[in-house]
Parts: sequence; C-alpha cells; structure tokens
Amino acid sequence: MGFIHPYDRPNSYIGRTLPRSRAKRAVAGRGRYTDDITPPRTLHAAFVRSPYAHAKILNIDVEAAKDASGVKLVMTGSELAEMCTGPWVGTLKVFENMKAEPQHPMAVDRVCWHGEPVVMVIAETRAQAEDAGELVVVEYEELPVVINKETALDPGSPVIHANLGDNKAWEHTLGSGDVDKAFEEADHVLEETFYFGRHTAVSLEPRIVLCEYDKGTEQLTIHTSSQCPHMIETVFAQTLGVPEHNVRIVAPDVGGSFGLKIHTFGDEIAATAAAIQLGRPVKFVADRLESFLSDIHARENRVKAKIGIMNDGTMIAAEIDDLSGVGAYSQYPRTSVFEANQILNISFGPYKHPNYRARAQVVYLNAVPTSQYRAVGHPIGISVGEFMMDWAADVTGLDPFEIRRKNIMEDDSYPRPIGSGIPMKDLSHQACLEKLYGLMAYEDLLSEQTELRKKGIYRGIGVAGFIKGTAPSPVGYYGAGGARIAAQDATTVKLEPSGGVIVALGVTDQGQGVDTVMEQIAAAAIGCSMDHVRAISGDTDATPYGGGTYASRATAIGGEATYQAALDLRREILHMAGILLQADPNELDIVDGHVVNDGSNEPRIPLSEIGRIGHFQLGELPNNYQPVLSHTRRYRLQDSPYIYTNGIHGAYVEVDVDTGWIRHLKHWVVEDCGRIINQQLADEQIRGGCVQGLGGALYEHCIYDDYGQLQNGTMADYVTPMMSEMPDIEIDHIQTPTSESELGAKGAGESGTGAAPGVVMNAVNNAIKPLTDGRVTEQPITPEIVLGALGKI
Amino acid sequence: MKAPKFSYVRADSVEHALELLDKHGDDARILAGGQSLMPTLNMRLSQPEILIDINRLNELKGISLDGDTVVIGALTRHVEVLNSDIVSAHLPLVTEAMPYVAHVAIRNRGTIGGSIALSDPAAEMPACALALGATLVVQNSGGKREIPAEQFFHGLYETARAENELLVEIRFPSQKKDNVSVFMELSRRHGDYAIAGICAYGKVTGETIDDMRLVYFASEDRPVIGEHAIAALNGHAWSEETKDAVSAALENDLDPMANLNGSAAMKLHLQKVLTGRAMDTAVSRAGGTL
Ligand SMILES: Cc1cc2nc3c(=O)[nH]c(=O)nc-3n(C[C@H](O)[C@H](O)[C@H](O)COP(=O)(O)OP(=O)(O)OC[C@H]3O[C@@H](n4cnc5c(N)ncnc54)[C@H](O)[C@@H]3O)c2cc1C
Repeated sequence: MGFIHPYDRPNSYIGRTLPRSRAKRAVAGRGRYTDDITPPRTLHAAFVRSPYAHAKILNIDVEAAKDASGVKLVMTGSELAEMCTGPWVGTLKVFENMKAEPQHPMAVDRVCWHGEPVVMVIAETRAQAEDAGELVVVEYEELPVVINKETALDPGSPVIHANLGDNKAWEHTLGSGDVDKAFEEADHVLEETFYFGRHTAVSLEPRIVLCEYDKGTEQLTIHTSSQCPHMIETVFAQTLGVPEHNVRIVAPDVGGSFGLKIHTFGDEIAATAAAIQLGRPVKFVADRLESFLSDIHARENRVKAKIGIMNDGTMIAAEIDDLSGVGAYSQYPRTSVFEANQILNISFGPYKHPNYRARAQVVYLNAVPTSQYRAVGHPIGISVGEFMMDWAADVTGLDPFEIRRKNIMEDDSYPRPIGSGIPMKDLSHQACLEKLYGLMAYEDLLSEQTELRKKGIYRGIGVAGFIKGTAPSPVGYYGAGGARIAAQDATTVKLEPSGGVIVALGVTDQGQGVDTVMEQIAAAAIGCSMDHVRAISGDTDATPYGGGTYASRATAIGGEATYQAALDLRREILHMAGILLQADPNELDIVDGHVVNDGSNEPRIPLSEIGRIGHFQLGELPNNYQPVLSHTRRYRLQDSPYIYTNGIHGAYVEVDVDTGWIRHLKHWVVEDCGRIINQQLADEQIRGGCVQGLGGALYEHCIYDDYGQLQNGTMADYVTPMMSEMPDIEIDHIQTPTSESELGAKGAGESGTGAAPGVVMNAVNNAIKPLTDGRVTEQPITPEIVLGALGKI
Repeated sequence: MKAPKFSYVRADSVEHALELLDKHGDDARILAGGQSLMPTLNMRLSQPEILIDINRLNELKGISLDGDTVVIGALTRHVEVLNSDIVSAHLPLVTEAMPYVAHVAIRNRGTIGGSIALSDPAAEMPACALALGATLVVQNSGGKREIPAEQFFHGLYETARAENELLVEIRFPSQKKDNVSVFMELSRRHGDYAIAGICAYGKVTGETIDDMRLVYFASEDRPVIGEHAIAALNGHAWSEETKDAVSAALENDLDPMANLNGSAAMKLHLQKVLTGRAMDTAVSRAGGTL
C-alpha cells in the first residue's frame, strides 16, 4: 500500500518536515529530566573515587563518615558485591578468544583506574554526602601502571589483571584476496601511521539514576537518563537479583546520550542497592568532574595503514593494523572491543579493492573503560581510508574526486561484499559523489584556493566518502553474541475511545525527535492527522520490550515496527467499519480520521465512532468479532548484519600557517539514509553528528599522564566544539530506500560523526600541501600538530 | 560538585569588609563576580571559612575620568568596561581586549578587580594594566596604598596585595595622544583563556618605532614586559630585520610554561608570531605603510 510516498495523500506525513513534538516544552524550559523529579524523602549518593590509576586497597575506614551529619549509609565495594549476583564479565560470544576480567560495581581489593568508585556515601543532601566522603580514609598501596598502549604488550610490561596472563583483550584478523601479492604488483605502495586521541561523550545532562524500591510490592522503579530502558531493566534486575518483571525503568527527557547511555555503570548499581537496602528513594547524579572519570571514553587507537596503487589510480590492496587502548575493564554488557572491530569492518569500505587484510589488537590500560560512542570506529576507519585515498591521488596526479570516481563501488553493482567481507546493498556512492561535486561548487573552490595562495592565504579542500553500519541485526553481536540486548524492536499502536491513537515505542527519544518521527509514520499509515497521535516512549511499564535507541536504529528498526503495527490497526479499523457500514473493507479508506469511500473520499464514519463503539458499544458488533484495537508488531533485520548507509562529506578550511590555527569555513554532506521521514530532523542529526565529529578531530582529548592520572577532566581544560568555531553545514540527500523493510528507512544518527574527522583532516593536509612534505596524521589536530607538520616547531 | 560549608557575610561598607578581612585573614575570601571563585569552591579546590560579599558596595563601582587618569572601581563588571565611552576614548587597548575576556554571561558578572586580584597568568586585564602602566589601589583598615602594575604581579595567582587588603580601584593613565595600542591573543576557542597574547603600547613615527612597550601574557606565570624585545625594537624602523632581531631578543625575555595547551617551544613561537603581527598593526594604526 502506498502510504509512504510523500504528498500524495492528505495525511502523507512521511518525508515532511514537522516540528519536534517535545521542542516547545524544552524551549520553554519545561523539560522534565530525571533530576527534575525528587520524591519525598529522597536521599543522595556521592562516591569516593580512586585517586590512583592502579593500587591495592589495604584498608577502608568509614567510621568518621558514618557519624557525619545527615549520613544514612556508607557502603564499600565488598559490601555492595554481597548484594549483587556476581561481577560483570564484558565479553560476547562473537568475539572469539576475547578475555575480560570480572568487574564489580565498585572496586573490591584493588582499583584499576583513576576515578573508579570505591565507597558510596548516602546522605540527606548531596553536599552532606560529599562532606562525609572526605572523611572516608582509604589506604592504598600503589601498583605499577599500564597506560601506554604501545608498550602494554611488551614482555616486560606490568600486567593489570594477572588472571588474564597479559594485557591483551582481543586480537582479530580478517580480509580477502591476496594482499602480499597485490603489494608486489602495485606501482606504488604507501604506508602511514595514525594516532587518534581518547575522548568522551560530554552529554549536557550527565548520567543520573533516581531509584525507588517499594518493600511492600517488591517493585523497583528507576528513573534514569537512558537510551535503552529495557536493557537497563534486564541488567539491573539480573545484577541485583530482582525479578525482571518487578523492575520499571523510566527515561523521561534525556539531555543527550551519544552511546554513553547504552552502558551500565557500577555507581548506578550502587545507588540502586542503597535504595533497596534503605527503602528510601536514592538519587545519584554524576557531576561533571566524575563524568570525565567514569563515563565511557572512546577512540584511543593507533592505526598503521598501507595501500597498493596502480599508476592509473586504481587501488588494488589495502591493509590496516590497529592497536586499540581500551580501559581497565571491558565495559558491560557490550564489551570494549567493538571500536577496533568496526575499524576493521569499515575501513576503505566505499572502494572496490579486491585485496584487504586487517588486524586489531585490543589492550587493557589503567584508564577509564572505553566503549561505544557515536559512530563507533567509523571516525577512525574513515579518516585512515580517506587520507590514504588523497595521498594516492597526489602520487598518481589525480584530483581527489577523480580518484574516488575510479575506485568507488558502482551504484548498479549491488549486492556485493566489501573487503572485510561485509555484504553491501542499496548504496549510492556515485550519485552522492556527483551531487557533492556540484553542491560545493568544487571547481570554483579550486580557483579561489589558487588565487588566495598567491596572497599567502592557505585554504584546503577536503573530500571523504563513507559507509556507515546502522541498525544491527540479531545475527551479529546482539542475540548471537549472547548479551541480553534486543536487536529487534517493537511498537504498539492503539486506538483510544476518542479516536485518538497512542503509539507506544520500544525505541526512545533523546531529543532527536524519535517520538515525532513515529507519530508521522503512524498517522500516515492509519490516515489521521498528527494531532490525533501521541507517542509514548521511555517507560518499560508502558511500552513493548525493545532495544532502545542506539546504532542509528530507531527509525530504521522501530520505524518499521511502528509502520507495520499502524497498518494492522488500519486493517482492523477498516474491518470494523465494514461490519458497521455493511460495506466491503476493500472499498473503504481512512483519510483525516474518517473512514471514507475509497476513491471518492465521501465520509462514512469517523474514528471517534469506531473508538466509541469498539470500546463501549460492543453489543453493536457480531459475537464472533472481539475488537482488539491495539496492535503490536516487532521488526528485526533478517539476513543482513546491518543496514549500511553511505555518503560523502566536503570541507573547506583555512590554516593560519604561522600559528597552526584552523578555521573551518564550510562543510557539506551528501548522505543516503534511505527513506527520509522528517527531513529537518534528519538534517539536524547529520549536523549535530558533524559537530561531534569535528570536536573529536580538532579539540576533544582525554589526556593522561604517565601515572594514569587524567589531566583535563573539567570543562575548562577539555575543549569541546562551540558555536563560534563551527562552520555552516550544508546538507543534501540521495534516497535509496533499504530493501530490508517496507518503510525503507536507514539510520542517520551517527554518520556525521563518522565522516567529519576524516574530511577535515584531508582539508587541513590539502591546505598545507604547497608548503611542506609533512602531513597531519594525528587527531585531535591541535595547532601544535599543524605547526609540527609544517616544520615550524 | 557541592561547595563545602562556609559562612557568608554581605559587607555593608568598605570599612566593614576590611574589618572582616582583618579578623579572618587567610580564612576569608572576597566575593566579587564569583566567576572564578565559585567554581573553585564547588570543585573543593579551596575551602575558605568565610566569604565577604562586596557586591553591594557601590563606592567600588564605576568609571570616571580624573584629569589624565581613567579610574575604574574594582567592582566594575567587565561588560561595563567594555561598553564604556570613557574607556573606548581613553583606553582603546582595554576596549580591544575586553571581548576576549570569557563569554557574555561571564562578562555580565565578572569584575575587573576580580580579574586583577586573581591574576590568572592568561588573563587579559592584568596584561593591559601592565602595558598601560596602571596603578592598583589597595586598602586595609589602616588606609590605602598605591602599587604600580610593574610591582603588582608576582607569579602564578600571586600579587603584591596583602591578605587583609581589598583592591579598590585601578587607575589607568589615558592613552597618550600620539600613541597607538594593539591587543592580540590566540586561544583555541573564542572566549577561552589565551595560549599566547600580547599588548603593544607606544609611539610610532612614520615607520620608526619610537617608544613601544610590549607585554606578553599567557605563556609565562604572569604578564611580563619584553625588555630585550623592546630594546631591539625601539629606535628602529619596522622591517624584516627588526622583526628577526626582536624575535631573537624575545628568547631572553620569555621562558614559557609548557602545559596542556602546548609546549614551551610552541608558545615561544606563537609569541614571536604575535609580536610581528602586533607591530604590523601598530605601524598601520599609526598611519605608516608596510
Ligand atoms: C568559562 C570561563 C571563561 C573565562 N575566561 C576568561 C578569559 O578568557 N579571560 C579572563 O581574564 N578571565 C576569564 N574568566 C574569569 C572571569 O573573567 C572572572 O570573572 C575573573 O577572573 C574574576 O572576576 P570575578 O569578579 O568573577 O571574581 P571572583 O570570582 O569573585 O574572585 C576571584 C578572586 O579574586 C578575589 N577578589 C575579587 N575581587 C577582589 C577585590 N576587589 N579585592 C581583593 N580580592 C578580590 C577573590 O577573593 C577571589 O580570590 C573566565 C571564567 C569562566 C568561568
């Protein structure tokens, strides 16, 4: 049925820009975040955290803290461990040979990173809890620290977890073809090493839990800032031994998440345990300082890359060797090896090279655990691949667009696998590339660049193509991996007595407008106005079980579930109308909330009547028909591991070649995220994603010293991108609907973050090319790195 | 991130504030705009016992002209300095520098006295005070004393102000009629503390630099006068050779602190670049050609 084509029906909301339903109240300052909720008798948690990167805990003296004013409970790691069913082990079956040390929610006997929680204090106010925390005396014996990934596997290196034998978490290789032979045959073999700094999500709203345990009903309710309420329900139930069906997770407004909030954190378990023990509500908000020390970090990788190029610019082989420095533990329940795995999967992904070999080694460090942050692995793989492509263009005398034209997969050549073996389909590299060429007026930029160079102004033009894995299937990591993380998602669509429609979602909204998108899909499929549809998300008591919003999956997976559930409700409404009107349902349609005659649109019965009769006047219906009027559908990918998307970025930067400062003048994106439901929301996802990627490329860096001390864990020292430094970002689309679903939507939430770092690195290198043989190969690209590449310091 | 307990007193006169300072000594902190003090309390980096709030002391606010001197009360907000006609007419260096001090919201609360009393090595106002030869007026219960800017800044957050003294006003000599001034700094993002910065103030005749003062900030532990650089500069025509000589001389003036923002070598390099650019601008502002 044709409900997904824009503009051809009154309720064709699919493809239209409509305002985000939660925007009004957020703008009015009336958003309701977890910290806005404080039930009577709420207590507050604060944590004593490890000042050392690695140390034995010799003794903990909590006596003075227990006596401090307002204090209700002081709990150590070993006391908490007794309340838990067992430590977490961050492995998945799909990562063969992966090793991980069991991790307790708070340190027991030993601390392994600067910031690991050691003791929890619960008091009447947060200030009292922090005051009492200062009275806790922990005696430590320092242990040798492993903080440099390059030496972590050396035979003489200290080992963080003796049980694991060495510091290696995982090693993995993959590939296709005969790489060695191809390198021998290549006209040019290019090799480079890249460094990517660690950074973190810095969500505006920090992590938070408000935990309430009702001893009478034995029910646990947690309000939390989460992307995955059902997963939190499952993990918290399992860890604390509370039956899953007695746990309710509510994620009200969420102020940014970016992957940070798909993980589980020990301090949150601790606060929940305190609420269970005390029978009073307990709130824990990670303040900004402890966010830097306890939120997952990401990206710390060193990549060696090598490609073989023929004189005509054809790439015949690519190889990468990745070294990934993760933290002290593998983050539960998704593991910390995903990033390295994705780098291997997607590097050089747009290109046809027949020979590919990739290896990753993942090593533990005495640092904050790393895990999945927006566009996992992609910024690294794309930066590396696109840098090498530009270099190959230099060597063969081709223009960056020309060499890509030569090497990208043709739009009519799918399905086909890429070098890593991952199957691709429904992509549009060629169409995107040509569109970008026009969008950025490439030839004009080239002549402007030439003119300005004569005046000593060095501008650079960058191009970077990409593929992005979105919406993972249950045959990959989740499901097959063994973790209790849903790769399916579900939506319930129900008709209210008034004729209004409630859409209850397994996926969640963190401000990106998921609720609105789902309302658009449901209203379009049913045939009613947007005003009559309201989405509910973020409450496990009110929504069907689903994975939540991660991996750019909400619209691709949840959207299809919503679409199918809405079509089911539509069918039932037509069936019931057929009975009531003694008409053939096939000759009826629904338009603007009225059942009408198909074709003529003559109104027959409004949905409010269907609702009234379906809920109250069942006597008007035959005995053999019991109306349901509430339909749940689930959706999961079936054969493909992911829905891949593609696109290409362009960037125009100016480098001050005396100071190394970079001014990012303009950024362009052409993206194929399949069927677009709401163009503005898709564009804003891409823009926000780009800014986050540019943050990683230019500014953000968690800097550790040799002792494993985080050096810049404040907003004064950790530099995030701000409006004044960000360019205008112009966006255009190619829409190739995915053949995986009827709706045809792919993911759009992360690709901006994936490709922006690579394109800005290419633009910077393009800018300085006339002055130096040096190249920028390290991110974040600080002025010092630029000056280094220019040979000025 | 909750401040530890402290007492709070709202001073109702300068005398009251001074009396409290005498009584509590190092256990007390003056609370001006709070833009630097409150974060350090919340991060528990300092734990004073008592805050003396001077925000109601109108006698510490305001900008006036006293002959050839611009007098700025310590409690004058950054935004008021930025928008002041007196300042833009007589202290163009300060007007040029002020937009680099933090962000709008912080400038609405933060005070010039707070900036100078705190003496962050990367702050703009201490550097301007030094470049223009300002006088800092401090007061204790025994009376006032005047400290020339050259003697005020002692090191990282260290000044000549004694614990029991309040900074009450800053007296800037008006920019001389024939002089020019230039302010430049480099920071990663707009509004951040600088990584390198320069104030140039003095006289250019034609293309000859007659009498120029160069003050560097952000790279050292306090704003410093580039004595050797100045010696290589004054009396010379501004040229590539002069620029090279000044750059070389600057190595004797500066000993940059390496930190997360960059190595000592990079900061020295940046200060040299800024010197060249500031002098280019000074010459062109003086009406010269390059
Ligand atoms: C995000 C951010 C960015 C910033 N960026 C910059 C920047 O780029 N450049 C810059 O210069 N500043 C910057 N600042 C600091 C800002 O300018 C502060 O306002 C200023 O440094 C202190 O002024 P205040 O009035 O807020 O002082 P407060 O915070 O109230 O006090 C600071 C210190 O000075 C003492 N003090 C204050 N007034 C007096 C007085 N009259 N006599 C004696 N002692 C006194 C206090 O006791 C305290 O120790 C930034 C601040 C923030 C939060």
